[in-house]
Amino acid sequence: MRRRGFLQATGALALAGCTSISAPGRARVVVVGAGFGGATAAKYVRLWDPGIDVTLVERANEFVSCPVSNLVLGGSRTMRDITRRYDGLAKHGVRVLNGDAVALDAANKRVTLANGSTLPYDRLVLSPGVDFLFDEVAGYDNQDRILHAWKAGPQTAALRAQLEAMPDGGVYVLSIPAAPYRCPPGPYERACQVAHYFKRAKPRSKVVLLDANPDVTSKPGLFKRAWQELYAGMVEYRPNARVVGVDASAMTVRTDFDTVKGDVLNVVPPQRAADIALKAGLVTHNNRWCDVDWRTLESKAMKGIHVLGDATLSATGMPKSGHMANAQAKVCAAALVELLNGRDPNPSPVMNNTCYSFVSDREVIHVASVHQYDAGQSTMIPVRGAGGISPARSEQEGVYAWSWARNIWADMLA
Amino acid sequence: MKHAVAMALALAALPAHAQESPAARSLAATCASCHGTDGRSATQEPVSLAGLPKEQVARAMRAFRDGSRPSTIMQQLARGYSDEQIDLVADYFSRRSR
Repeated sequence: MRRRGFLQATGALALAGCTSISAPGRARVVVVGAGFGGATAAKYVRLWDPGIDVTLVERANEFVSCPVSNLVLGGSRTMRDITRRYDGLAKHGVRVLNGDAVALDAANKRVTLANGSTLPYDRLVLSPGVDFLFDEVAGYDNQDRILHAWKAGPQTAALRAQLEAMPDGGVYVLSIPAAPYRCPPGPYERACQVAHYFKRAKPRSKVVLLDANPDVTSKPGLFKRAWQELYAGMVEYRPNARVVGVDASAMTVRTDFDTVKGDVLNVVPPQRAADIALKAGLVTHNNRWCDVDWRTLESKAMKGIHVLGDATLSATGMPKSGHMANAQAKVCAAALVELLNGRDPNPSPVMNNTCYSFVSDREVIHVASVHQYDAGQSTMIPVRGAGGISPARSEQEGVYAWSWARNIWADMLA
Repeated sequence: MKHAVAMALALAALPAHAQESPAARSLAATCASCHGTDGRSATQEPVSLAGLPKEQVARAMRAFRDGSRPSTIMQQLARGYSDEQIDLVADYFSRRSR
């Protein structure tokens, strides 16, 4: 109730074209996108300098976590379990604005929202996530039977419903785009979760993985062992199988070499930085990703705009993960505080990453890394000798993985 | 005694950012993704780091790093931090309230 009142109040201000909701003379940071990157950046700027005004623009009413969302497909967690509210950010003084940022005006330093209102900023943080290159999969447009479920939300629930409706003996096909894409281990974890569900509920069913990559792109040995030992005969992995077309009425997917029929088709298209980044001219690499200065996360294309998360051109060994976006956001927040106070940002930032993957409802594997800025190479590089993967799957790491989710959600939102 | 309490209260009233080095708090923030903001964990495991004695955190990190303390992931992460960085992080968490 209180949240609704707050949103209506801020909405009314924005509609009135009010551009001075911040106190005069205070530095203004606008953050677009309240995912792992944006929400973390908004909170940490306020934690580290309460003198800076922070407005966080997000089109969704609630946060739905992509990490651990595969457990909803496996049936051991519900959408409720992976959904959190944004109202915890208010106690840090973050103004959360429910709206859709549609355009950036870098010259005049303002963001335009879909309702026509504008937000002025001194520094802009854009954490927009990815959008899909549907054009690269013929037949994908104008159909709703074939889902990606690669942004947690309604498609996650819809894919679960398709799996529940599938008869025993059916075939689930999951296609994986060529790297880089959001969440490198995600597709292989999803295969485990769907197989986990089939093993209990539909034991004659199959999981077919069509991977555009030459091999499993993350923790390959650990995933393959899980498929063999936990889901023997159920998971079929096909490398170098890039999906180039789909037929939603025939329920087939087409690779460069083959046509595969399935009962549930889950096609994850190739990805790029989200539309707003492309429109604003922030995409610098291969028409897909935004190159940034890793000391500040400032765009290399546009001054005063900082890009976080999956939309960035990843440095070597840096996955497009929620944890990585959270780490990038903290480097960005620290730099913003220094820059807006007329000081130099930290010349040698550190980030780390942890990706846990559930290979069953309880057993988990991880990959971890630590990244240090290297002035000579002007980029983040993985610290040699650090990081690694689990020696084997374990229930102990299953406990840590769910704790990881709870703590990182709190770190960004509470 | 009264004076010391007044001093402590005055220090506590200062904004957190006035008391700490940006380098230390940024390093400590890399732990927060799993151990909670400012080391206040919402879970039993990973543990809270806020308010732990500096020596305890520094010793644990070095033991993870050299492998003398068994772990799943901490040995891999600890190897990414130098002695100086470990001391900064441990000092930072020791100054947080639990």
